[in-house]
Amino acid sequence: MFLQGYLPSILEGAVLTLEVAGASLLVSVVLGFVGAMCKLSPSKPLVWLAELYSTVIRGVPDLVWMFMLFFGGQMLINDVATRFGLAAPEINPFVAGVLTIGFIFGAYMTETFRGAIMAVPKGQMEAGLAYGMSPLRVFFRITLPQMVRFALPSFSNNWLVLVKSTALVSVIGLNDMMYKADTAKSVTQEPFTVYMVVGGLYLAITTVSILALTWLENRYSMGVKESGL
Amino acid sequence: MIDLNLILENLPSFFGGAYGEPVLSTSDGLVMTFQLLGLSLLLGLALSVPLALMRVSRNKWLAWPVWLYTYVFRGTPMLVQLFIFYYGLSQFDAVRDSWAWEYLQEAYVCAILAFTLNTAAYTTEIIAGQIRNTHYGEIEAAKAVGMSRWLMMRRIVIPSALRRALPAYSNEVIMMLHGTSIAGLVTLADLTGVARRLYADSYQPFEPFLMAGALYLTFTFLFVWLFKRLEGRYLAYLAPRKH
Repeated sequence: MFLQGYLPSILEGAVLTLEVAGASLLVSVVLGFVGAMCKLSPSKPLVWLAELYSTVIRGVPDLVWMFMLFFGGQMLINDVATRFGLAAPEINPFVAGVLTIGFIFGAYMTETFRGAIMAVPKGQMEAGLAYGMSPLRVFFRITLPQMVRFALPSFSNNWLVLVKSTALVSVIGLNDMMYKADTAKSVTQEPFTVYMVVGGLYLAITTVSILALTWLENRYSMGVKESGL
Repeated sequence: MIDLNLILENLPSFFGGAYGEPVLSTSDGLVMTFQLLGLSLLLGLALSVPLALMRVSRNKWLAWPVWLYTYVFRGTPMLVQLFIFYYGLSQFDAVRDSWAWEYLQEAYVCAILAFTLNTAAYTTEIIAGQIRNTHYGEIEAAKAVGMSRWLMMRRIVIPSALRRALPAYSNEVIMMLHGTSIAGLVTLADLTGVARRLYADSYQPFEPFLMAGALYLTFTFLFVWLFKRLEGRYLAYLAPRKH
């Protein structure tokens, strides 16, 4: 039997990998929007804070952040709990992994969204305001639909890097593909086959993502004239 | 909350001097990170120039395998690639019985192999992209003075493509600096590996990982600055005019 029946277990891991990646993407998009808004705001401290966030996060490897936030976060929770005389809850590794990866890629998304918002002609937003729309409504009706086209290429890239980063979450105890592969390789004694399967699954995720994102890019570029030589 | 003493006491560990030994007495920490980074970047760059030439070749049998190689290596996590070399190769008796096994069972050799092939894949695409971007005027000029295809590549296309690849390559170098942090997961004591060891010894998570993070951040800034200087030198002709 192929991999002594460990294939379903690895597939289960793949589902978890996708869940972690999807949830992290959500967190990172929210943080990215907050970061981009801060960077474009007239308030100096906010700009400065967002600058600090995007620079420091992107200057340190994911793995170091993961260790620091996971181990450090647990310690902080323990400290706070003992101070209040409570039993310390264990951090859920899924939540920890998602928050960590979301936090890291929020920094990349900040840069992506900042550039995309700046690429939308200012007159569009001004026209919206002139019509008496609230700033929030201008954002959702005018800015957001138009910035998607500018954000998509860099967003796609961030997503592809994010998916590959999830391979690290097994070190903080999540039962993702890499974790399942670790068990499977010890039992089956076929480490090469196991990791080739894992690699193949990652490649499949990447391929589907690229196809879907290219389709989206084409859709959002409809009606935009491409200049050819 | 942050114990400064713990940081000061363990500072030498990041520079190859653990447990009271003098600094640089072992290759732990920064030295390991830079060995891995330097070797894999050097080998990767050397591989990527010929691969990029194959990638842009009009011969399908040359271009297609290189496309597949870069697609596979860029589409999978470097950790999987590292594990395939480190754990995977032992599955084959032929590998274990060969002369190469002595080296291939070393985590260091596997890390260099995986990192090299990974960075070579990204660098190949960067350089191939810039070769395709070569201005047609440069190529026509080279042909007009009667250069052979190979001479034109060697004297005109490759030097100019390598210059234009600098900005994208600086990103790749920084990605690799951060990428080497996974070496600790196959027993190597690089910066992250040392930080993990300190954490296991002290149970203090913040100090060791903050130290490692600060060192990575410093070198990231250093590389950014260094590449800005290089761009100022080698891409000066593309900069907007200043006078």
